[in-house]
Amino acid sequence: MVEFAMHNAWLVPLLPAVAFLIIVFLTRPWQKLSSLVCIAGMLGAFYFAALAAYGVFTNEEFTKNSLTYATRWFSMPGLQIDMGIQLDPVSAMMMFMVSLVSSLIFIYATGYMKGDPGYSTFFAYVSLFGASMLGLVLSSNLLQMFIFWELVGLCSYLLIGFFTHKISAREAAKKAFVTCRVADFGLLLGLLSIQIVFGTLNINELSQIIPNFREYTTEGILVLIAVLVFIGPIAKSGQFPLHVWLPDAMEGPTPVSALIHAATMVVAGVYLIGRTMFLFEHVPSVMHLVAVTGAFTALFAATIAVTQREIKKILAYSTVSQLGYMMLALGVGSLTASMFHLWTHAFFKALMFMGAGSVLVALHHKADVWEMGGLVKKMPITAWTFVIGGLAIAGIPPFAGFWSKDEILAVTLSGGHPILFAMAAFTAFLTAFYMWRLIFLAFFGEEKPENHAKESPWNMTIPLIILAIFATVGGLVGTPWNNLWAEWITFSGVHIHPHHGDPNYVVMLGSVVLAVAGIGLAYKLYLQDAQKAKAKELARRYQGLYTLLYNKYYIDEIYLWINHTLVDGSAKMFYLFDLYVVDGIVNGLGAFTKLSGDGLRIFQTGRLQNYVLVFFLGVLVIAVAMAFNNPLPASMVLGGVK
Amino acid sequence: MIGPTHYVVLSALLFSIGLLGVLIKRNAVAVLICIELMLNAVNINLIAFSKYITPTDFIGQIFSIFVITVAAAEVGVGLAIIIAIYRNKLSVDLDEFDWLKW
Repeated sequence: MVEFAMHNAWLVPLLPAVAFLIIVFLTRPWQKLSSLVCIAGMLGAFYFAALAAYGVFTNEEFTKNSLTYATRWFSMPGLQIDMGIQLDPVSAMMMFMVSLVSSLIFIYATGYMKGDPGYSTFFAYVSLFGASMLGLVLSSNLLQMFIFWELVGLCSYLLIGFFTHKISAREAAKKAFVTCRVADFGLLLGLLSIQIVFGTLNINELSQIIPNFREYTTEGILVLIAVLVFIGPIAKSGQFPLHVWLPDAMEGPTPVSALIHAATMVVAGVYLIGRTMFLFEHVPSVMHLVAVTGAFTALFAATIAVTQREIKKILAYSTVSQLGYMMLALGVGSLTASMFHLWTHAFFKALMFMGAGSVLVALHHKADVWEMGGLVKKMPITAWTFVIGGLAIAGIPPFAGFWSKDEILAVTLSGGHPILFAMAAFTAFLTAFYMWRLIFLAFFGEEKPENHAKESPWNMTIPLIILAIFATVGGLVGTPWNNLWAEWITFSGVHIHPHHGDPNYVVMLGSVVLAVAGIGLAYKLYLQDAQKAKAKELARRYQGLYTLLYNKYYIDEIYLWINHTLVDGSAKMFYLFDLYVVDGIVNGLGAFTKLSGDGLRIFQTGRLQNYVLVFFLGVLVIAVAMAFNNPLPASMVLGGVK
Repeated sequence: MIGPTHYVVLSALLFSIGLLGVLIKRNAVAVLICIELMLNAVNINLIAFSKYITPTDFIGQIFSIFVITVAAAEVGVGLAIIIAIYRNKLSVDLDEFDWLKW
């Protein structure tokens, strides 16, 4: 069975895709059935993914050579495109994680979406979403990957704007789509350049060719290609400055937020850079750019998250921040640390989003954390699983987030980036602070009498519990003492190897101290009742900073301003040009025709005798002209022979 | 002695009278008659030149017979048109036949 699953990994993306088709064409009128089809498709995918992943991890061979099945998709002179399935430890890990988290989210969604008129449609969309993401992960060709990449973008558009009656949802969907399209254009240019320069888009072939890139091209071109490829993930993975769509994506139903922010979509960018690491490793300058972008994004988003009030907004900025960590790890050259954080983050972030969804259902979509409080008594399962998520993201051992974050901090320091390390460490502190601010405000403290919360049904809490288990133990595969992760997760064809020296106890201890300090500060400011006023007071004292952060550094407003002045301004200019120059020429032609017609009309009397007169006058004129030129025929015409 | 010049002058006069009639007559039937005058002026010319330039061949005469035949047909068609117009307009006044103008 393991053999079968490994050699037929194409089943993994296919099953959810089939589920999508079945729901759309057959079972749409029956809601229960649709959700069952959707879950069955994803569980089937998970079954095969788990078997195949087991096969890959237990076989040393695959760390060197990936298992690839590809078939010719189309070919024309100078361009051959394959389509296929590539199975190696990283794609195996990703498909395992994506199918597992997606299955849990789908089960959760049966509870969350209950009673929604678009229930079946929702499950059709999420099936397609899962299928696209699994297809992206398993692609053996960059063009194929790009197709799935766009499909993921399409599904995110459909799902973010799922509540079409809400204007804000429609706007958010548009924003996500347009932002990603802008960046995807860069990615497409990058892929085209790769095809032009290296003549192939096959990942395996490229990993063989690119180490000898000097035979094909210069370093400058390679830098250009790497930057173009990097632009795609900037938007997809919510890096500064194209992160703006990601917090707005909260407008979708909560399971979608969990799906987008934890398991699919946003990690696609990280995965793409990991996949093309054989390209990035030869351009240190771009690697540095990736690292700086990541570290800056991590810090930047964390500072915004500190002041947000809506529960899902806080989580959204936390996602942006954690994605920054992953980029930072990629940039300093540690694929394993990045993939490790991606793995642990998927569990605790999905957990927290679904916990937030559970809270929102209980409170009838009241999202402000200041209006919550004391929910732990009413909804113990949601609250305690959320706390586990909070411990994991804050980086308290032995929860999952600790190991991965610690590894990122360690490789950043040992990679010789002290400034980036300081930024990342401070972000760790902020992360613990804002996440525990959320937890203390929402789940502890005094109960608000106007909230009549009650625990969510089993189909929402079971996924929470399963994810909480993963968020607790999921990091133990990558402890510095027994790093199974680093043994498993290697990309074939990549030559930089993660610096896995001895465990760095100083960094480890430091990150724990920072996390505890963050939690402690949150406790002091937000839980000890007498001090609650203090938080508000602090906000008042640093009014300017607070407002700046609360308004997300006014990035959206800046983009709007640019849009208004530059885009609308030039549009106005072109409008005037069109109005006066282009239309002027066209209207002028028309007017000229009409005018000359009016003029000639005078000569067209319609009277026979006028025409006859003109005709004979014409004959006369011709005759006279001929008489001057050649007298003989003229004299014949005029009626005389000599 | 009557020479070709006399014929040509007669023909030119006849042609001019016909042309003048075509140009100034209001009555459509009169215009048709004037066209006949012009055709006959041509016939005189043809026969005169035939007689003085190629006296042994009857080229001009044959041509004028053709012209007469065609003229007969033309008058038939022309009168039919005039009758058709008259039925519509109850008039044969050419000044009123300006329907061709848009």
